[in-house]
Parts: sequence; structure tokens; C-alpha cells
Amino acid sequence: MNFPILSYIVFLPLAGGLLILFTPKKNITLIKAIATAVTGIGLILSILLLAKFNYASSSMQFEEVLSWIPSINVFYHLGIDGLSVGLIFLTTLLSFLACIGSYGIGTRQKEYFFLYLLLSTGMLGTFCALDLVLFYVLWEIVLVPMYFLIGIWGGARKEYAAIKFFIYTLAGSVFMLLGILALYFTSTPHTFSILELGNTAGALTLGSQILIFIAFYLGFAVKVPVFPFHTWLPDAHVEAPTPISVLLAGVLLKMGGYGFFRISFPLLKDAAHYFVLPFAILGAINIVYGALVAMAQTDFKKMVAYSSVSHMGFVMLGLASMTATGFNGALLEMFNHGIITGGMFFLVGVLYDRAHTRELDKFGGLGVKMPVYAGVLTVFALASLGLPGLSGFISEFMSLLGTYPVFKLITMISVLGLIVTAGYFLYMLQRILLGPLNERWVNILDINKRELFTLIPLLIIVILIGVYPLSALKYQLASISALVQKVGGLPF
Amino acid sequence: MNIIESIRFIIPEIILLGFALTILISSLFIGRRGHLNVPYGLRMGNLPGLLALAAVVAAALYLPQTQKTNPALFFNMLTGDSFSLFFKEICLFITGIVILISMSYKALNEDTMGEYYFLLLNAGIAMLLAVSSDNLLMIYLSLEMLSLVSYILVAFLKHDPLSSEGALKYFLFGALSTGIMLYGISLVYGLFGTVDLSTISKVMAQGQVNAIAGLILLLLILAGLSFKCSLVPFHMWAPDAYQGAPTAVTAFISAGPKAVGFAVLLRIFTKNFFPLYADWSGLIMIISIFTMTVGNIIAISQDNIKRMLAYSSIAQAGYILIGFVVGTASGMEGVLYYILAYALMNLGAFGCVILVSNFIKSDAIEDYAGLSKRYPAPAFMLTVFLLSLAGVPPLAGFLGKFLVFAAAIQSRFILLAVAGVINSVIAAFYYMRIIKYMYLDEPKVITAGPKQAPLQIALVIIMAGVLIAGLYPAPFLSWIRASQSFFVQ
Repeated sequence: MNFPILSYIVFLPLAGGLLILFTPKKNITLIKAIATAVTGIGLILSILLLAKFNYASSSMQFEEVLSWIPSINVFYHLGIDGLSVGLIFLTTLLSFLACIGSYGIGTRQKEYFFLYLLLSTGMLGTFCALDLVLFYVLWEIVLVPMYFLIGIWGGARKEYAAIKFFIYTLAGSVFMLLGILALYFTSTPHTFSILELGNTAGALTLGSQILIFIAFYLGFAVKVPVFPFHTWLPDAHVEAPTPISVLLAGVLLKMGGYGFFRISFPLLKDAAHYFVLPFAILGAINIVYGALVAMAQTDFKKMVAYSSVSHMGFVMLGLASMTATGFNGALLEMFNHGIITGGMFFLVGVLYDRAHTRELDKFGGLGVKMPVYAGVLTVFALASLGLPGLSGFISEFMSLLGTYPVFKLITMISVLGLIVTAGYFLYMLQRILLGPLNERWVNILDINKRELFTLIPLLIIVILIGVYPLSALKYQLASISALVQKVGGLPF
Repeated sequence: MNIIESIRFIIPEIILLGFALTILISSLFIGRRGHLNVPYGLRMGNLPGLLALAAVVAAALYLPQTQKTNPALFFNMLTGDSFSLFFKEICLFITGIVILISMSYKALNEDTMGEYYFLLLNAGIAMLLAVSSDNLLMIYLSLEMLSLVSYILVAFLKHDPLSSEGALKYFLFGALSTGIMLYGISLVYGLFGTVDLSTISKVMAQGQVNAIAGLILLLLILAGLSFKCSLVPFHMWAPDAYQGAPTAVTAFISAGPKAVGFAVLLRIFTKNFFPLYADWSGLIMIISIFTMTVGNIIAISQDNIKRMLAYSSIAQAGYILIGFVVGTASGMEGVLYYILAYALMNLGAFGCVILVSNFIKSDAIEDYAGLSKRYPAPAFMLTVFLLSLAGVPPLAGFLGKFLVFAAAIQSRFILLAVAGVINSVIAAFYYMRIIKYMYLDEPKVITAGPKQAPLQIALVIIMAGVLIAGLYPAPFLSWIRASQSFFVQ
């Protein structure tokens, strides 16, 4: 093991956070500089990671193994493959951009950036951990800073939203803990290693696989969130400050989906096959229900929040297909959704900072006053509704394509959701940008350079993947085909 | 081992007794405020405390070494096994921390500090004896000594009606439950003709105990120990006693007697009465589930932080009991680690409560509003301890829960594990509620407080413990493994 790049990526933010604790509270410039520097270095490291990543291989790369709690075989084990490399890039990118987006935070900056960086470490660690205990620890670490970030810097109902988020997620993940323990004790020799369990856990009886699968499902489904566990999400998104909404939608939701890819499916493949139909149905419900509820929203941010519920349905649907195309679509959808919805939340924040309202009906005609904003918003909205040529289309199409041969009716119903999605995004554009200018916003300013800087990288990625999907798909193809082979899915 | 050889095993107890008497006598002459000048700005009131601290440190240094065999001391009355050694270390640690905490606790009258530390050291002696007793009568005597000292300590604020009320309830419940236990011990004597644990266990292993008689025995002895560990239904004294007692004493009775109660529980049932216990583990499981649930549900509606922590510590005892129900080697390991973690985080939480109450002169949860703005360090530390109590990784409390749940899953106590995790979610709500007040709300009461070096030292030690035991538990676990190795058949 030469340079432990993953450890640096994961723990650099934490180190920066500790450094911030020892920085004077008044020196806000320095605090921001430290936070920007560590997240920036993290981004550079993850770009290096992408460059050095061997995407022809489906095995673990950049592995780091150290003994942690020897008496119960717990290891500090990090490693990435095609399933996680994209999500790590996504996380470092959004962490960096949202850190710049956090400059507008006006109170208690020291605490904010410490918690922000702690959150960053938890998220990155979850995607790198290959030991179930380590995975659980890092997964749970995310909760605490998130609670404070929503609870202190959030909107009007921040306390309610923060505790709801905390309790929901904790309730799900404690069952995951029981699942982890059950996996440990049913394996011989006892191990928490995800890789070793991948070889042995498949031998369990269907009954115990189903029980363990449900335990993990509760943990992951709350995070995704899958209907009916989604009710924390609109509250948390709406109340959270903009940069935190970006991370919530962009990264936290992916932790749940990643859990299915990394643990539920490869380890418990019989149970996964057993549950494909419920997965498909829940996916379709997420897509259609999320879209319909989004349509009914008058709050811009809440609309985007429900659109997340809808989009994450494609992840469920793709997983249910048990085909390589569906899996590829689902994994890419997670990445694309992170980029697009991250961007959407930034855009909501831009508007809110100026107008101090998010009521869609109170805008109108802003396209004239904010032409650059209007352009960017339009591109992201179109990407989100799945316009061909932009990234959202690729992954949703693949998801549907993979599922169609298996669940024809459910896929057809899901496509209806896409129509509704197109409907509410276009309706949103109409209400904000078009029509007569509301006199209140005569003096509204267009998007500024800092805000644009946070959006341009996302915009480039949206177009790049839309035009040349292989640029993103190449990282995951090998790992997905290995996964499909492992779970006994169809390789098309 | 003959009596003369046995004596070297109780040197710590002798040291504590010597210091306790010295403190008591010297406080008659020098305990009064302002009579003598002491260098380094130490106030006179702290002198007994420093002496008591010295006693604990000296006793810890003279603890006997880990034994390969299990020496029987004083005609099998005491044992010097490594299990007792583990608990002796924990008990001395608790006593030492409580002394440090007490030195900064403003509600205690400086003139009576000599008596206070005398009692505290006596409680220490009682704990050391209780965890090393290998004879039911000796266990009873040392537990009773611990109880009597605890009653007085709870009533130490003699002009405060809450303190007296708490002590009275504590005493009445204690008298009842130890009476029941004594009755159980007399039955044991009737059945086996001896109160020596190792002799009884040999008879019991041959399976000559009537099932009904066994159940009665179990229930009677369990009643006495349930009181010490505040298990349902013997928990009702705890909220009043915890709230009424001086907070430093609350910290002590929430950690010390509870650890001792569990040590004795393990020694009697898991080690010696194993066949009896194995038949009735379902019953203990129900007690465990009720203890967790009752504690957690009532804790939600509390508005006094001491009372809330009292219910929380009832619930924590329920989690510890999970490992005891399972009764396997890993269950034991979970219990021992959890007791260690519990002692750390509970002492820490009560230490923070004292720190804060010295500032804001209140224990009402509402008055914690906005604490983080005015007193960031205490608020931060209290947050860490509460998160640890809630079982958030990577803190010590998480690993404790992890180990007991693991033991439960391993032995297929699925229901128990599920009850445990659901309870930890309920518990998270009320722990987070305090954190919410401290960080999310605006401050109401703002007053300046005095410097409190000893308490801050104690809190830093505990904080380090909670973090290290959570992040790097390997040395703690091997320590625990060594101390219980002989225990599991």
C-alpha cells in the first residue's frame, strides 16, 4: 500500500474541521478558507482517483486494510470499485461547490463549517467502507451534523424537520445494525467484510436472507427514500439551508441506493430475487406519486424535493429489473440525479436569496430580468424532466429499458410519471420565467459570478453525459456486469 | 489461603478506611472555613476532597495483580479473582471521579465536607467488598453497607425537602428489597445448608434443585439486586432519589451501586447459579424489555434534567441486562463493556449538569436553552455524553449497545434485540431534545459562573474515555476478556 488516497479523501475534511475548531470564531475568512481548501483538495484527489481508476477491472481498487477491533474481527477496510467511484466524485464535487455556496451563511460560521466537514467525512466514508461496522459507523456519523445543520441554520420549522430527519433515519438504521449482526453470526468464519460476505452469505437459507434483507431495507429505504418512508424528505429539504439541501438531495439519498448496490443485492441475492416485484412496484409508486405530488406544490423547493422522490423511483425500478441495463441505469441515475438536483437546489437558493420567498405563484416574467439565471434554470429543468441530449434522459431511459422486458405493465405506468414530470417542470418554468413581470421584482439582480461558478461544473457534466454517456458509464460497466453475474441477473 | 496471606488482597480497602477515618477526624479541627491558610489558592473546603482523592489513587495503586487462579480469601468470604479486580478498578475510578466532581459542586456546605468524603470513601470500601464477595452473607452485608451510606449521601442536603424525600423513598424501597433478598438467602441456606457460593454451585450443577424452589430463590435474590440496578419493578425510587440528591451524589448512585449490582448479579447467577438462571432467562428477558421501555417512555416527558437522566439510567440498565439475559461469553463481554461505558457517560453527563447548574442555578431542561452560545464547552461535552448515551457511533455507548445486541443476535434472542433497537430510537428523541435546547434555541438565563478546575479535569478525563473506548476499543476489550476468562464454563 503506497499512498492511502482513500483515507485522505475521507478524513481530510475531518482534519480540516478539527482545525476550524481551533480557529478564532471571529476570523470567518480563515474558517471559510480552510473549509474551501480541504474540500477543494478532496475534489482534486477524487479527480486523481478517477484518472488512476482502472475501469476495465471489476475488483476492488485502492484498498486499505488495517485491524481495528481484532476481538470481533472488525477491520478498517476501505476500497472502491465502479459502484462507488462515481459517487465519491459526486460527493467531493458537491462538497466543494456547496462549501462555496455556504459563504452566504451569516451566523455561527465556525460551528457550521465544522459540522459541514464532519458531514463530508461521513458521506465519503460510507461510499468507501468495505467493513460493515465501519460502514455503519460512518453512515451514522452523517446523522448528527445533519441534525444540527438543519436545526440551526434551517427555515421556519427547522426544529421539527431536524428531529424528524434524525428519528426517521435512526429508526431505519438501527434495524440495519441488527441485519449487520445477523450477517456476522451466520457467516463462517464470522466476518464483517462485505467482500467475504459476498462469497458466503448467498448460501444462507431463503428465510434468513429475507429477514436480513428486510432489516437492511429499512435502513436504506428511509434514506432513498422509498414510499412510504419519504415523509421526512420534503420537510428536511424545505427547511435546510441551500447548501445542505444540495448535499441532502445530491449525496445523502444516494447512500440508500448505494446500500442496495453494495450490500443488499450482492450479499442476499436470493432475497433480492424474491423481492424484485415489490421493488418494481415501489419504484413505480415513487415515480408516479412523487411526480403528482410535485405537480401540486406551490413552493419551489418542495417541488424539487418531491421531484427527488420521483427520480429515486428510477433507481428502485432499475434495481428491480435484475438486468445489466437496468442496473447501469439505476447507478447512473443516482449520479445524474445528484448533479441535476444539486444544481436545482442551488438555483432555488439563488432565487430565494433575492426574493425571500419560494412561492411559485409570486414570481413571473423573471426571464427578462435574469436572463442568465433563466438559461441555466431551463437547462437543469429540462435535464431533470429527461430531455434527450441531457444526462437525466440517459439514465432514466436505461432504467426503463432494462425493466421493460421484465415488468411490462409497471414500466408503462412509470413512463406516465415522466409525462407528469415534464408537466410540472415546464409549469414551474412558466410560472417563474414567463408571463408578465411581477412588479415586486423590478430590481431583482441576475445570478452573480460566485453562484454561477457553483453551477457551471454541474452544467458541463449534465451536457457531457447527455451527449456522450460513455464518459460516465465506462467507470461502472465492468463492476455492474460483475454484479449482475453475481446476483444471477440477465446480462443485457 | 490463610488470613495473613489474605490481607494483602484487601490493602486497598484498608487504605480507604484509613484515609476515611483521617478525613473524619481531621475535619473536626481544620475543616472550618478560613481557619488555616493553604498555598496555591486552594480553599480549605477542598482539603478533605484532596485527601479522599489521594486515598483513591493510593488504593488503585495497591490493587492486587491479576490472578491466574482464583484465590479464596478469609475462609471463602472474599475472592481475589480477576473478575472482581475488573470491577474494583471501575469502582475506584467512579469514586475518584465523583470526588473530583464533588470538589466543584457548590450546593454542598463546605463545613460538612469532611463527613461527605468520609461517607464517599466508605461507599468505595463497600463497593470493593461487594464485587469480591464469594459468599451470600458477605454480599448482603457489603451491599447493605453501600446502601446505608447511599441513603445518607442522598439526604445530605438536609435543608432541602426534595433531598430528604428522595432519601426516604430510597431507604424504604431499599429496606423492602434487601429484606426480600435476605429472605431469599435464608431459603438458600435452608436448601443447601450453606451460603458459600462455590459450594452451592457444585450442588446445583448436579441438578438437585426443585424447579419451584429454584424460581422462588431466583425471584427473591433478583428483587434485592433489581433495586440496586434499578430494574423494573424496583425502579421507582430512582427518579426521586436522583432528583433530590446533591447532583454529585446522583452521579455516584447512578454509576457505582449500579455497577456493583450488575457485578453481583453476574457472579451469583451467571457464574454460580447458572442452571437456575438458564431455566428462567425468559423471565429476565421480560424484565429487561420492561426496564428499557418504561425508562425510555417516561423519560420523554420529564422537564428536570436530573429526573430525565434518572429514567434514562433505568433504561440503560435494561440494555445492560440484555447481555445478562443472553448469558454467553459474548453477552458477559457486552455487559462488562457496557458498564464501563455507562459509568463514563453517566458520570460525564451528571458532571456537565453540575457544571451548568453552577452557572445557571437550575436543573430545568428549559433553562438549558441557548446554552451553547454562552457556555460552548459544557454544552459540547454534554452533547457528546448524551449522544453516547443515545448510542451514536463512534462513541463508547454505541459499542456497548453493539456488543449486547450482537450477543443477543448470536444466541437468537431476536425479540430482545428488536426491543433494544426500538428503544434506542425512542431514547434518541429525549436525548436530542436536550441538545435541541442547547443548540437550537435562544438563551434565556445568562449568568457568569466560577472557575471549577477539578470538575473540568474530571470531565476531560471522562471525555477522553468515551472517545477512546469508542474509537479504539481493542485494549478495553482485551482487558475485559482477561477479567472474565475464567468465568465462562
